[in-house]
Amino acid sequence: MSRLELNGIPHLEEIGSIDRLFDAEKVEKDYRSLAERQASDNKIVPSLEEAVRLSGLKDGMTISFHHHFRNGDYIVNMVLDKLAEMGFHDLTLAASSLTTVHEPLIRHIKNGVIRRIETSGLRGPLAEEVSRGLMEVPVVFRSHGGRAYAIESGKLKIDVAFLGAPFCDPYGNANGYSPDSGEGISCGSMGYAVPDARYADKVVILTDHIVPYPNMPFAIPESDVDYVVKVDQIGDPEGIMSGATRFTKNPKELLIAETAANVIEASGRFEDGFSMQMGSGGASLATARFLREKMLNRKITAGFALGGITGSVVDLYSEGLVKKILDVQSFDLKAAQSLKDNRFHQQISASYYASPGNEGTAVNQLDVVVLSALEIDVNFNVNVLTGSDGVIRGAVGGHQDTAFGASVSIIVAPLIRGRIPCVVEKVNTVVTPGKTVDVLVTDQGVAVNPIRRDLIERLRKAGLPLCTVEELKDRAERLAGKPDPVPYLDKAVGIVTYRDGSVIDVIRQVRDEE
Amino acid sequence: MDIRKIGTAGTMESSDIMITIMKNKGTGTEIQLTSSVEKQYGRKIREVIRETLAELGVENALVTAVDKGALDCTIRARVKTAAYRACESQEFKWGAKEG
Amino acid sequence: MKQLRRTMLYVPGNNPGMIRDAYIYGSDSIMFDLEDSVSVDQKDSARFLVYEALHTIDYGNKEMVVRINAPDTKTGIDDLEAMVRTRKVVIRLPKTETAEDVLECEKQIERIERENGIPAGSTRMMAAIESARGVLNAEKIAFSSKRLTGIALGAEDFVTDLKTNRSPEGIELLFARSMILLAARAAGIDAIDTVYSDVNNEEGLRKETQIIKQLGFDGKSVINPRQIKPVCEIYTPTEKEIKKSLAVMEAIEEAHHKGSGVIALNGKMIDKPIVERAQHVLDLARAVGAIDKEESDK
Repeated sequence: MSRLELNGIPHLEEIGSIDRLFDAEKVEKDYRSLAERQASDNKIVPSLEEAVRLSGLKDGMTISFHHHFRNGDYIVNMVLDKLAEMGFHDLTLAASSLTTVHEPLIRHIKNGVIRRIETSGLRGPLAEEVSRGLMEVPVVFRSHGGRAYAIESGKLKIDVAFLGAPFCDPYGNANGYSPDSGEGISCGSMGYAVPDARYADKVVILTDHIVPYPNMPFAIPESDVDYVVKVDQIGDPEGIMSGATRFTKNPKELLIAETAANVIEASGRFEDGFSMQMGSGGASLATARFLREKMLNRKITAGFALGGITGSVVDLYSEGLVKKILDVQSFDLKAAQSLKDNRFHQQISASYYASPGNEGTAVNQLDVVVLSALEIDVNFNVNVLTGSDGVIRGAVGGHQDTAFGASVSIIVAPLIRGRIPCVVEKVNTVVTPGKTVDVLVTDQGVAVNPIRRDLIERLRKAGLPLCTVEELKDRAERLAGKPDPVPYLDKAVGIVTYRDGSVIDVIRQVRDEE
Repeated sequence: MDIRKIGTAGTMESSDIMITIMKNKGTGTEIQLTSSVEKQYGRKIREVIRETLAELGVENALVTAVDKGALDCTIRARVKTAAYRACESQEFKWGAKEG
Repeated sequence: MKQLRRTMLYVPGNNPGMIRDAYIYGSDSIMFDLEDSVSVDQKDSARFLVYEALHTIDYGNKEMVVRINAPDTKTGIDDLEAMVRTRKVVIRLPKTETAEDVLECEKQIERIERENGIPAGSTRMMAAIESARGVLNAEKIAFSSKRLTGIALGAEDFVTDLKTNRSPEGIELLFARSMILLAARAAGIDAIDTVYSDVNNEEGLRKETQIIKQLGFDGKSVINPRQIKPVCEIYTPTEKEIKKSLAVMEAIEEAHHKGSGVIALNGKMIDKPIVERAQHVLDLARAVGAIDKEESDK
């Protein structure tokens, strides 16, 4: 047998990718069993502190988190407490969203651990403090699709992602529900964590359940993960998984819901195979229930349901009224269970869901979306971020994305909440531009955006109680009286971006009356 | 009408306002308001309370109001009820308003 | 168009939240209660709430009714003093037993109208019959005053007076319902049935509504917005009834054109009661959007 020589092989330069000969010395096989290997060679690090050190995190860098643990999240506070302890400063916190449980961050902001925040929303005391001027640099608000887009395009560069996962194997395959038995926390889909895992420089999974390799199915593949840390508790089960979301009995919400279902029926999008997304508020959920009756009567099934998924959508699926479910966030236990059990209920990433950078983005395949609002104005601009007192109290979520993508976008809201008019002359903060908002359904009438003449015709023919949005605003003002305007100061405390990254509004500091 | 004792009306339920009227130690009418919508409607609520008391001829009142988003008509009603109770009067005056 | 009274939404008078939202639910009438649902120490509260609400909130074209306390008490008189002055409500008299009860109340209303420059007779009334004596006097009550728009049955107190209780089939109410209905028809006023208290039982509500509609009642009191739609559905005319009524109106139209005094349809004579009936069917149909306004306006 002749000796193998490189220069004996023709056209190597043209091939280009071959430049050396095999060397048996360099190949060292591992004789250990899988069990042995798994036990020692894995990505598990002994502590969060160690993971931070290994990740190379430095002052001024950007860290990220997901919000699939909702009001039961322990991860953000746990990590920030540790980073504060370790002496870090000027970090940018890029969470997919923040809730009332993240109040402890106020202290870290005051101490300079956190300098900037990027998020979909803020609530509770943290939001109030930010509104009162807590931070020097304004908070950047992004929609779910906008955040995914910013991450994939490199505009939002994440240095270290700290992602909580209910279940993870030693190599980093992480998922939101148990691979076998029912114990442990089940958050369902982990769609908002996927872009972080894919694009962050370093990814740390924090879990309280290490399971044997391979943890299948997984939301996050091991190839995206650098370190795995076992913690005692990733979150509070009560706050993460509620039982099936209750149907409202509130007559006003039911009235709005029934009207919304009638709007959908008359919209010309209510055909066999249609697609829909329902928000998670009381009226939105109840809309699904009224729609179900119509679907049964007209023998119509939905091609797919998208979104944050609740048990009510799963019920429709179980009845055969919805063929497939695309789940970016599972709101309750029923949804999480269905994700695990049902073949055509799948989790999708935030990017797949709503990124304007993808052509086939799921929101663009929607016929109908039902959304809520804090305020809506006479130009149909919607505010889901700040209250009528100018204080931050909400989240952009997928509002901008779905309103844009859906053929018909429907906002459900009471004309007045308590004494606060929901229909106003000008919203305090523009989050979703009026051009993408089609129908407003209140307990006192339905207003269609004048640019949708096709819908006005259809709804009028169907006998729906149509009026102009100005009429609704006037009625609200007559009932509640005109509210005094919010006393704003000049300082910008929040930048509201549209899903393409452009600035759509600025939130200013609210004057403290104390 | 003269205030003779403490008069209370209303509840702490949503859409209601709880009004307590008693004689003010100083002179003039003083209003202590706690409202869930202070920023947006605090001024209006105080205005309605004052106007209603003036309409009834009630002076030097110390008014405590706990508001849970009551509309003006509810505020007027609760103030009137509390005022008549505080003044121990049942001589209700109904404005001959146009129907 | 004659005032429809298919549903009368009952609203406790001391509840500001319910008072302000009452009109969004689409009932034909709204009844603010100052009587049984308001505790004795809150009668003044309720009166002021309802009075102020009536002056401020736009209830559209719903018929507004107020159930006052017994008009032979100071509370009842105070209720009348306030409510008649609003010029916006029908006064509902509770526990009406005799024609005199109606007349006594009417006297008070007359006085208040006179003292306040309110057109005499403009305040309408409704009588609720809630006892054996009241049922037996139904005819006298129905004829007692021109102000009466209707009489109603209050079943809870009634069955107590009979020393029995309410049953799903309602046989204990049969005589009372029939008496009230006959009296109302003889006097040319409306008959309204009692409330169905089990709000979670829609089936039961529908069954009872079917029965009273067949008896001839013009509508029913409801205590929860959820009950409005089922009752209205039952009062919605069928397509057949609508077609027939349209045909009647067309025949009238034709006869007018021809200048003919006698109107016939399919060989049958059409006289006033039939015309009124056809008009009522079309009113009901239009109220639920079953026909276009243009079609029925002929």
